[in-house]
Amino acid sequence: MALDKPYKDIPGTTIFDAEQARKGYHLNQFCMSLMKPENRARFKANERAYLDEWPMTEEQKQAVLARDFNRCIKLGGNIYFLAKIGATDGRSFQYMAASMTGMTQEEYAQMMLRGGRSPEGNRYLSEQK
Amino acid sequence: MATITASVYTSHVPAIGAAIDLGKTGEPYWQPVFAGYERSKAWFKENTPDVIFLVYNDHANAFSLDMIPTFAIGCAESFAPADEGWGPRPVPVVKGHPELASHIAQSVIQDDFDLTIVNRMEVDHGLTVPLSLICGQPSEWPCRVIPFAVNVVQYPVPSGRRCFNLGRAIRKAIELYDEPLKVQIWGTGGMSHQLQGPRAGLINREWDNRFLDRLIADPEGLAQVPHIEYVREAGSEGIELVMWLIARGAMSDAPPHVVHRFYHVPASNTAVGHLILENR
Repeated sequence: MALDKPYKDIPGTTIFDAEQARKGYHLNQFCMSLMKPENRARFKANERAYLDEWPMTEEQKQAVLARDFNRCIKLGGNIYFLAKIGATDGRSFQYMAASMTGMTQEEYAQMMLRGGRSPEGNRYLSEQK
Repeated sequence: MATITASVYTSHVPAIGAAIDLGKTGEPYWQPVFAGYERSKAWFKENTPDVIFLVYNDHANAFSLDMIPTFAIGCAESFAPADEGWGPRPVPVVKGHPELASHIAQSVIQDDFDLTIVNRMEVDHGLTVPLSLICGQPSEWPCRVIPFAVNVVQYPVPSGRRCFNLGRAIRKAIELYDEPLKVQIWGTGGMSHQLQGPRAGLINREWDNRFLDRLIADPEGLAQVPHIEYVREAGSEGIELVMWLIARGAMSDAPPHVVHRFYHVPASNTAVGHLILENR
């Protein structure tokens, strides 16, 4: 009998559950390594070579190189771990969040100033076009 | 015996810490956020406890995917600020209270809550931003702090009901401590926010304010709210709010005195909520 995962029907949202954490273990541990300044420097010097030290899938490596955070999340990444990549790039959390919404950072910042994204129409997949 | 005098609830947005550290608190964007904490700072100066029991979550800093404790109590003598990827925050080292922390661990574990005892740990913005908001920028933090980290990163996180009952067990433990210490319990994180995916930026002002109302007047009812409602209504990271129920459960059963209430949108990606409740 399958576990109950009621959060699967929320649009634009991936819950970092045991299944995702399993898929993303090495991806997230790679991100964790960027907490050390010497590792950040090595990663910046040659991203591909640094990624090749980790037993990640090729798809995960490509997603990191492209800074495609939605893809990273789909492949098991968690936002708090992925934030280490943003910090290494000198990017703010708001920049990273904006990049996942298809908006520019400016558009996203304006949306937040207007009170954020409304929950109306954003609660269930069935509400989306 | 030790007593819980008050509880403090606040968001712990990292950008707030950065604004403080970079001297941006007077900027038009940040001014309304910090104005909401002026009253709290004055109150805290008048009501500094001996110990703060600070409930927060680690954001992949002290705990990677190597080990994921659901509840971790810091029993060390001190806790250094973590390097979260851009260098550690320039804030004082946190001084713990190993005796009280170990006492609470013993009592609460005997009450069937499986705490992980941590004797070496760095603390991230989840713990240091609330201290900065309420205590400002002192050269030393004004009292001891017991860090209490809750897993809200890898699902499933503990339920609101379990958090509320854990708070009650912590209250009992503190009241059984022989030394007459004044203890505050702080619950941090939230309010509505989502940092990931195409739905990032979700804010639910109505839901947040109902949460504040119920936290004050109907915490036991609020504790029955299931995870899925937090995620759907308050965003995937809004789930952090279960931690506020630990602090609320540690308060006396009598209605509290509301010292201060504040709500503001936005701080970066997040709705900022803040409450101070005193035991009567």
